Amino acid sequence: MTSAIELEDVVKEYHAHGELVRAVKGVSLDIEEGEFFSLLGPSGCGKTTTMRMIAGFEAPSKGLVKLHGQDVTNVPPNKRDVNMVFQSYALFPHMSVWDNVAFGLKQRKTPQEEIRRRVGEILEIVDLVGREKRRPREMSGGQQQRVALARALVNRPRALLLDEPLGALDLKLRQAMQIELKRIQREVGITFVYVTHDQSEALTMSDRIAVMNDGLVEQLGGPREIYERPATPFVAGFIGTSNLLTGTASAGELKIGDGRVLVPGRDGEVTVTVRPEKITIGTDAPESGLSALAGTVSEVVYLGTYNSYAVRLADGAEMTVFQQNAHDATATAERGDSVWLSWQAQHSYVIGS
Amino acid sequence: MRGIRTGDRLLHIWTWLVIVWLSSPIAVMILFGFNDKQSKSNTTWQGFTLRWYKELFDIADLTTALRNTLVVAVVSTAVTVVIGTMLGLALGRHRFRGLGATNFLVFAAISTPELVMGASLLSLFVSGNVPRDSVTIIVAHVLFSLSFVVVTVRARVVGLDPSLEEAARDLGATAWGTFRQVTLPSIMPGVAAGAMLSFALSIDDYVVTSFVNGSTVTFPLWIVGAVKTGIPPQVNVMGTLIFGIGVLIAIGNAIAARRRT
Repeated sequence: MTSAIELEDVVKEYHAHGELVRAVKGVSLDIEEGEFFSLLGPSGCGKTTTMRMIAGFEAPSKGLVKLHGQDVTNVPPNKRDVNMVFQSYALFPHMSVWDNVAFGLKQRKTPQEEIRRRVGEILEIVDLVGREKRRPREMSGGQQQRVALARALVNRPRALLLDEPLGALDLKLRQAMQIELKRIQREVGITFVYVTHDQSEALTMSDRIAVMNDGLVEQLGGPREIYERPATPFVAGFIGTSNLLTGTASAGELKIGDGRVLVPGRDGEVTVTVRPEKITIGTDAPESGLSALAGTVSEVVYLGTYNSYAVRLADGAEMTVFQQNAHDATATAERGDSVWLSWQAQHSYVIGS
Repeated sequence: MRGIRTGDRLLHIWTWLVIVWLSSPIAVMILFGFNDKQSKSNTTWQGFTLRWYKELFDIADLTTALRNTLVVAVVSTAVTVVIGTMLGLALGRHRFRGLGATNFLVFAAISTPELVMGASLLSLFVSGNVPRDSVTIIVAHVLFSLSFVVVTVRARVVGLDPSLEEAARDLGATAWGTFRQVTLPSIMPGVAAGAMLSFALSIDDYVVTSFVNGSTVTFPLWIVGAVKTGIPPQVNVMGTLIFGIGVLIAIGNAIAARRRT
């Protein structure tokens, strides 16, 4: 696999109101050809700044940006072979759909005949045939979104950058567009770099995800890896829900009150994470081969396909447990009940291992 | 029920009275362009004629004055629109040292009394040994209309999504191409409004022009000069034509605006 986009220790600093702001503190990435790559993180983590440096709207303070092995750090955006889909879509309001989509090809002095053919083709892919003469504001959010996508894709860029493109859509439409985006990406085979703060969106669509926090990449990996084996407490907390347990382990066991967390082969200070859906809730003390903690149910929330329990441990820490509503619709425990939580050793993941 | 109806009728009458009151000077101007006057003054109705339309350009001085006014208005508007649009773009988009001071100057130029501006321009030109002619008139007109273009353009720029220009750059447009194809069309309503304002301000300016004209006579200056000897009906005809063109532009603008929405 060749690299489509490489970032080498990229830093972005700027002054705002007399203060030095370090938006990106040293990010290195290697995004492969044809990959659906997501930059995921909370707002202000530097993900959008990172993307804008790839597009060429911001110049890095330090470091290199390479597209297909070529250093483009100082190349202006109009000379970079990447295109961007903006969060606000940024469709030209005074132009028709057709003129919006043809804009990039016209700048490159593409022959009329080819413009006609390629714009027609891409409008077919995004399902907008028959709406060529519309103005952007006469269209729904989902349609505008697809115009923005077509306007970028028609240029056949080596990579497409998408800045939270589904943020303005309602939930149903967003889910439909997620599938649609993935389909289009497979169809055109272009590298997609996707910026989002929505972890489920990133997990659904991405081949790989870089989780960013405070200007740095916390973890880089596939969706499953990031979910199952978070590298840092931040990733564990940001991706889905997880329970963090900290303490000193001895002989592969972390003692918490009357209970134990099995961490085979571990000694000393550890931070363990366990996902709420891996935990079983019960009234009897579990058998010895399992991790087990005692606590009191402080909250039960019915969420349709599952119940969410908040369980307070003896030391005051709160654990979240999801229990599927499979056969028995009644809750296994109620508020105030003393319960045992148990899970298999393999579901305790020691962060940073 | 009756009360409402009476109120409605009164409002109706009142509205028409206001309209008549507002338009009567214009109506009188148009009417006396058709007056078949025999005496020197054109103040009493003496019958209908189209003579003044035929003899529109028969007063050589008046024709020259009108031409001067139109040249000054067109040139000063063109200069004002270019400088004012650049200023409006800078003030609306960038934060820079001197932004506050520039904004204050723009406002000051609007609020300065015309007499003060005219007198100070005259002393500036005299002390700088600048001969007064149509060039100094144009400079003066650019000065007092500039702020209006800046204000209308700046308002458009502030409301402009900056990612529109980024999108154009991203799609391969050069800096100039981006301005021409995306920025300018987006701020065009502001530019056009500013241009119309500055043309209107220039075409009927008397006060400032009277300080800096030297021996050049413009249409308003000629009329004021002719008051004592009696204003010829050609002035009414020219006024009517200028008014007519203005109305046509306003109607065209309204139609364009309706088509846009």
